[in-house]
Amino acid sequence: MNEPGSTPWPKENVPRENVSPPPSSSTASAGSIGAGVDANCKLVVRDLSFFYGPKQALKQINLSIPQNTVTALIGPSGCGKTTLLRCLNRMHDLYPGNRYVGEIRMYPEGINIIGRDVDPMEMRLRVGMVFQKPNPFPKSIFENVAFGLRLAGLRSSTQIEERVEKSLRSAALWDEVKDRLKESAYALSGGQQQRLCIARALAPEPGVLLFDEPTSALDPASTARIEDLVYELKDRLTIVIVTHNMQQAARVSDQTCFFYHGELIEANATSEMFEHPRQELTSRYLTGQFG
Amino acid sequence: MSSATPEPRDQQVATAVKPRPDSVSPLFGSGRPRWGERLVEWLLFLAAFISVVVTMGIVAILLWESSTFFRSVPTLEFLTGRVWAPTFEPPHFGILPLLCGTVVTTGVALLVALPIGSIVAVYMSEYAPFAVREFLKPTLELLSAIPTVVYGYFALVYVGPTLQRLFADIPGANMLSAGMVMGLMIIPYISSLSEDAMRSVPMLLREGAYALGANRLITAFKVVYPAALSGIGSAYILGISRAIGETMIVAIAAGGQPNFTLDPRQPGLTITAYIVQVSMGDLPRGSVGYQSIFAAGLLLFVFTLGFNILGYLLRKRFRESY
Amino acid sequence: MASIPELIVRLKRQDRWFAVLGLACTLVGLVTLLILLAGLIRDGHHRLFDPAFYASFPSARAARAGILSPLVGSILLAFVTILLAVPLGVAAGVYLEEYAPRNIWTTLIEINIANLAGVPSIIFGLLALGALIYGLHLDRSLLVGGITLALLILPIVIVTTREALRAIPQGIREAAYALGATKWQVVRHHLIPYSLGGIATGTIIAMSRALGESAPLMTIGALTFITFLPPPPIRSQPPFVNFQWLNSEFTAMPIQMFNWISRPQAEFSALAATAGVVLILMTLSLNAVAIILRYRLRKRIKW
Ligand SMILES: Nc1ncnc2c1ncn2[C@@H]1O[C@H](COP(=O)(O)OP(=O)(O)OP(=O)(O)O)[C@@H](O)[C@H]1O
Ligand SMILES: [Mg+2]
Repeated sequence: MNEPGSTPWPKENVPRENVSPPPSSSTASAGSIGAGVDANCKLVVRDLSFFYGPKQALKQINLSIPQNTVTALIGPSGCGKTTLLRCLNRMHDLYPGNRYVGEIRMYPEGINIIGRDVDPMEMRLRVGMVFQKPNPFPKSIFENVAFGLRLAGLRSSTQIEERVEKSLRSAALWDEVKDRLKESAYALSGGQQQRLCIARALAPEPGVLLFDEPTSALDPASTARIEDLVYELKDRLTIVIVTHNMQQAARVSDQTCFFYHGELIEANATSEMFEHPRQELTSRYLTGQFG
Repeated sequence: MSSATPEPRDQQVATAVKPRPDSVSPLFGSGRPRWGERLVEWLLFLAAFISVVVTMGIVAILLWESSTFFRSVPTLEFLTGRVWAPTFEPPHFGILPLLCGTVVTTGVALLVALPIGSIVAVYMSEYAPFAVREFLKPTLELLSAIPTVVYGYFALVYVGPTLQRLFADIPGANMLSAGMVMGLMIIPYISSLSEDAMRSVPMLLREGAYALGANRLITAFKVVYPAALSGIGSAYILGISRAIGETMIVAIAAGGQPNFTLDPRQPGLTITAYIVQVSMGDLPRGSVGYQSIFAAGLLLFVFTLGFNILGYLLRKRFRESY
Repeated sequence: MASIPELIVRLKRQDRWFAVLGLACTLVGLVTLLILLAGLIRDGHHRLFDPAFYASFPSARAARAGILSPLVGSILLAFVTILLAVPLGVAAGVYLEEYAPRNIWTTLIEINIANLAGVPSIIFGLLALGALIYGLHLDRSLLVGGITLALLILPIVIVTTREALRAIPQGIREAAYALGATKWQVVRHHLIPYSLGGIATGTIIAMSRALGESAPLMTIGALTFITFLPPPPIRSQPPFVNFQWLNSEFTAMPIQMFNWISRPQAEFSALAATAGVVLILMTLSLNAVAIILRYRLRKRIKW
């Protein structure tokens, strides 16, 4: 059978001909966001609509996500934050009846990641995801982190060990688990499990990491650790995080997107957005008048 | 467009994704078909499909083999004849005596198993403390783990003679003893599945009754039992289907003579026991009598098919309601 | 109308009575079973601890008769059955639970499996007789017996596999997919390993069912007097394995017991009882293993 990784992505992401160059905010291309954010875009969402069967959950979203930044998605419950996030790694493909319209381009390759010709499995090797509830595999701590590496085609056990350690260090978990790597992941606390899930997602070195309310099941101390982690990680990759916690969005994100009823109402640099919301709806949401 | 605020477009959804040849990138292996994945899915499908092949095989074999039988015995005579005497000259192939045997033994078994199984189910689901249930349920399920040939021995060697002492002049091998032992065997089928059904009734419903001051008994029979009725029905039907198809107990202990009667104290022969009898070599292979086991099997299959599908539909309805 | 305290007393009394009745009904089944088992042991204990009983073939002389060939036959039969039914049943269960699209065909396959689970075992015997023995002209061999029993227990394996898979939370699947796993990788590395316990439990139950089953074997004509063992599966010369035993005629424990029951002499009835005790010990111990396994599993895994 096919092993993913047998046709891996190039080690260096060399832009190719016939690939449109990454747009930047200075050229004011589609869906660009406010000033003050780095010019190079990692993801550009263009005219994205999404349907759960007959039900439309996203309406013509336009959004740019710059490289090495944290983008927060906020909005009242049911507005489509999770739906957009799961478009970004094509999680929706797992269930029948779901339909994307529009495009999401990933740069520097310039590929439309929701295109029919794109293999979702290979795409997901490049876009990691951390879920709302910690969901480690019922395997050992080591095996949890190693799983993605093996999927990506890594075979040498010394290399795997190195990468596992590196990922666990990046997830600020190494010191707590280095003596018990063979133990079941279920022996960890909730906060540790969530950091293990982050380590697991980091191990294949994705370019983008998606978080869906990663701290909603955790206590304040664990939450703070994960927020620190998100902040550190953005030096290495691009992060999109869904959160219900406005302070969290303010603390960790560079840009914030406010959704309402499946529409992107406003996207802006976080400080701008929180201080001078452009839309009436946004300011009412931010001041807690609904949602 | 410098703002991400959705422009007031006309609300038509952009269904036409423009063809974008440039989006085909070699980086992504161009949506490489995963032949291995396809192959695996195919093999798994084949495995699932084998179950369908088995059913089709059963139907085909039963129809095919019994067609020789029905060429020499009219279907009407088969279905309405009151004498089953395949070894007589001329032979008689009236299925009614065998049907009587099946109906009587099944009826006796249900008379034993339905009340006991239902009461056990209510007790386990509504009354028994956790520890008691954890112990009694698997223990009771062992009843259905005992080989039926052993149950046949019980019925023939212990229950039959005991009944002989109770009722004067009945034969040692009779349908009553076989039916009773069969009932014992199917108690767990009925109790376990009914209990599962009752326990999946939401607590909220019970709380409604308790809040009105009802006791457990009233709650169980007036609220939980009706709410779980389709699930319990499917348990009953599974029990009936088992009883109809049970073979060894009746082959050993029911007497082995075709008998056009509904009196359980008489000896009898069921459809299943007849098939075993013939298989033991009473009739020459290839004879009409021998082929009759396929006709009998066909009838048996049709009966149980009806019950099985009814049970499936009830179970499904029950699952959907909770 | 009764006063409230009286009413409450009455309601409580009802409850107490029903609790007693329920416990009594539960125990009726168990106690009856115990009485019958006691009878079986009383009738059959003479030869139970006699090594010759296990080392001798069935014989026309009761004093010399033993269960060597049925015991070996049953074990080999269970082996063939499991080997056929488990891969097939697990694959079918995985397909239905993880791959099958929700459509009319899948529903039909499901109805079909539900029906197969309730088809009387003797019908499987008729199927094997018609298709394998008449149709393909196979002998009444261990292979044919194994195929028959495998088809019989296939629904049990499928259903337990599906239940085990259903117990795995969707989050586990999504986590694996999010790392870029293909469907088969998710199935092979996660779903099947995590459901092995459940599958094993179901397999053991199915095996116990197959060990006790006799009607379909009688239909294919396995009720014969067998005083030899199948050729051994291992040879001293290359290729060291030998599949001739699959084509060997066989008898099995329940069939031998039936044989002895149907003889009029009391000595054979005692032999039947002894065989019954052995058979029950085999099936009950398998069930006990399954119960323990299920219990341990439930305690160990909390998703
Ligand atoms: N599987 C599904 N099938 C059909 N509709 C769905 C499905 N999942 C979500 N929806 C609908 O799509 C809309 C957006 O849901 P989504 O889960 O993206 O909201 P959300 O913004 O993440 O909300 P929350 O903050 O509560 O997590 C909602 O109206 C929801 O009811
Ligand atoms: Mg959400």
